[in-house]
Amino acid sequence: MEHSLVIHRMIAFATLLVVCAVAVSSMRAEDWPQFRGAHSNSVARGKQPPSEWSDAEGKNIAWKVKLPGKGPSSPIVVGGKVIVTASSGINQDRLHVLCFDIADGHQLWERQFWATGRTLSHPSSANAAPTPASDGQLIFAFYSSNDLACLDLDGNLKWFRGLAHDYPAAGNDVGMSSSPVVVGDVLVAQVECQGDSFGTGIDTLTGEPRWKVARPREASWASPVGMSGNTGIVLLQSPKRLSAHRITDGQQVWDYAIACDAISSPTSVGDTVFVASKGLTALKPGNEPEPETLWNAQNLQPGAASTIVDGERLYIINRAGVLNCATTADGKPTWRVRLEGEFWGTPVIVGDKMYAFNKAGKGLVVAIAADGSKGELAGGGQLDGEIQSSPAVANGAIYIRSDAHLWKIAAE
Amino acid sequence: MRTLTAIYLATLVAAAISGPVSAQAAELDTYVQSLRKVQPEGVGHREASYAWGQLVEQADAESLPTILAGMDGAGPLAENWLRAAVDAVAEKQVQKTGKLPIDRLEKFLAHTNHNPKARRLAYEWIARVDKDAPERLIPGMLDDPSLELRREAVARLVTAAESSAKANDNDQSKATYREALVAARDLDQVKAITEALSALNAPVDLQHHYGFVVDWQLIGPFDNRGGKGFNAIYPPEEQIDLATSYEGSAGSVSWQQHHTDHEYGEVNLNKALGKHMGVAGYAMAVFESDREQPVELRIGSENANKVWLNGEKLSEAEAYHANSAIDQYVGRGTLKKGKNVILVKICQDEQTVDWAQNWVFQLRVCDSTGKAVLAKDRGPANPKPKKAEATASADAN
Repeated sequence: MEHSLVIHRMIAFATLLVVCAVAVSSMRAEDWPQFRGAHSNSVARGKQPPSEWSDAEGKNIAWKVKLPGKGPSSPIVVGGKVIVTASSGINQDRLHVLCFDIADGHQLWERQFWATGRTLSHPSSANAAPTPASDGQLIFAFYSSNDLACLDLDGNLKWFRGLAHDYPAAGNDVGMSSSPVVVGDVLVAQVECQGDSFGTGIDTLTGEPRWKVARPREASWASPVGMSGNTGIVLLQSPKRLSAHRITDGQQVWDYAIACDAISSPTSVGDTVFVASKGLTALKPGNEPEPETLWNAQNLQPGAASTIVDGERLYIINRAGVLNCATTADGKPTWRVRLEGEFWGTPVIVGDKMYAFNKAGKGLVVAIAADGSKGELAGGGQLDGEIQSSPAVANGAIYIRSDAHLWKIAAE
Repeated sequence: MRTLTAIYLATLVAAAISGPVSAQAAELDTYVQSLRKVQPEGVGHREASYAWGQLVEQADAESLPTILAGMDGAGPLAENWLRAAVDAVAEKQVQKTGKLPIDRLEKFLAHTNHNPKARRLAYEWIARVDKDAPERLIPGMLDDPSLELRREAVARLVTAAESSAKANDNDQSKATYREALVAARDLDQVKAITEALSALNAPVDLQHHYGFVVDWQLIGPFDNRGGKGFNAIYPPEEQIDLATSYEGSAGSVSWQQHHTDHEYGEVNLNKALGKHMGVAGYAMAVFESDREQPVELRIGSENANKVWLNGEKLSEAEAYHANSAIDQYVGRGTLKKGKNVILVKICQDEQTVDWAQNWVFQLRVCDSTGKAVLAKDRGPANPKPKKAEATASADAN
């Protein structure tokens, strides 16, 4: 039996390799597979979501489901399924991965895990702070406790890692929220804290480490970002620098050694990287060890939300809740709109509208003129709950979660 | 760990000799063993990933106790692989038939030597298909090794105590709250119970209840500029001589006695040793134990800290002002019979912002469930009524 078991295992593993190879190219256009979408720029194409909704009246609320735990993490959409993480328990040590049918919101499956790392966080946060990521076939659920579970779309476990179990001094008792990103067949996770601080590339298929690079021993909540254009480069942002690493081995290819924001993540579009540093700075990486600085705009300082880049325009929400639009070419401001409240999640742009959710659960829709010359409030709606997550958008629907619920907002 | 592993093996043997399913049981065990072998850094994942798929495909609901028993003696990583398998098998069965082998799962649950997490998981699946299960099972779990099961039993008592209070039966309410307090381990429940008891004129000595160490010898400050003091070895780490003075970062320093009245045992070094930045201080306590026993030394501090028991380092955390909580860091060691020395190092950094000025810690000694372990020479509990109540009482007299 042992012999046959070994053969079975080899066949299964080879099959899995083939499946994985297919998976790399299996992302669907309508998927929203990770924090800030497929291109980490918070822009969705296609059908426009509604401009108004009401939780109390059910207006344009396609469905609403209860969640078993808290989480600033955002939902992702993969293959007709909505995946969301949550954490529960008096010590936030119960980790949930939930999968819902995109059509009617019925729960398809749930998997739970026990945290192996530190679970303490600020009361406003939770263990389920990082947004999960997917390569189209596999889901990677990451938590503040540095636990990392890989499941397929049917909830079958592929592997489970405890990064703080492996490196016990890794942990941030304020809570960590860096969301992992998939670049090719490597999952990149950033664990930056005062203890064991590192970035790591993990084989998506096996969960085995491909590489690990030491990072500054300082808390960071920013998420890694794959550089645009299939460059095979991942960006890691820390409070003191932004560095670029080869996805194959983690080797650093360039370094911008100037103070960056600890929360707002970088955005890579075309050959430009936008980073919250000295306000907002645009970098153009080349073949040098340092990228060229194209411009910086001190008056464009993002708050917790990351920079959104759509074509020739970029958008930031500052700590005062003011939405600023500027041109990507030179960072020159074009218009500003005062939003209402405090923003932790990053808004999404679909067509000529931006969808933003403040912490109090109020959604705000900003209509953007076709020529980009102005933006104005043009709708929105109230949801019942505190929202720190970012919306996911797929096929004209918005998916957003609070600590208690997940909503699908779509035209009736 | 060895005991739990032995229980798992015994469960497996019982399954294997039970008749026609023995071959399948042996095969399932092969898969369970693969899951138990996962190690840090992804070691064993390839085999485990295959085994997980086979296990979930081949196992039926009758196999759930065997998979649950696989958690006995397993590490935290393996526990999660096995947990996911239990959930997948149970979910498949419930979706298909709406039923689970309740009797077998309850038998597993009743065996309190099984992994507490596995038992809690068994309970959750029982409760999912049998709505009467909580009423039937939870009342008997007040002293359960699973803190989650215990929590539900405590919650029931709290509800009963509230009902008694509403019915003006304060004696019964107090008695029920006190029973709940003995069993309670979670801070929120302890707080709620002690507040209720206090309102019923039955205050609780929280220092005593939790086992906070309240009498210390303190010395400092020593230099920690640039964080270099965290790993520097100052004299108290080499030898404790309460009669000797040393050169500190602000002149000569000597040990000084300190008692904290803080209800959660907090020691404020800014007050005791003076307000300093970029410094390290030490706290030492002698703990007399009536026997050799395993204990946990649980410290809470927003400052970088290290804890030693009889010269053995049990825990360390080099983090500054990133939150704090009771039981934040847990160190495991063994008290010897007689006098034991607990040494704590607390480092303060040089940040100037308002929220980084505290130089403080709290430490308690307890067993693995969080129940206080008290020193042999510690006096009885000394509950103090809240000021308002004390005044009311004085007025009444």
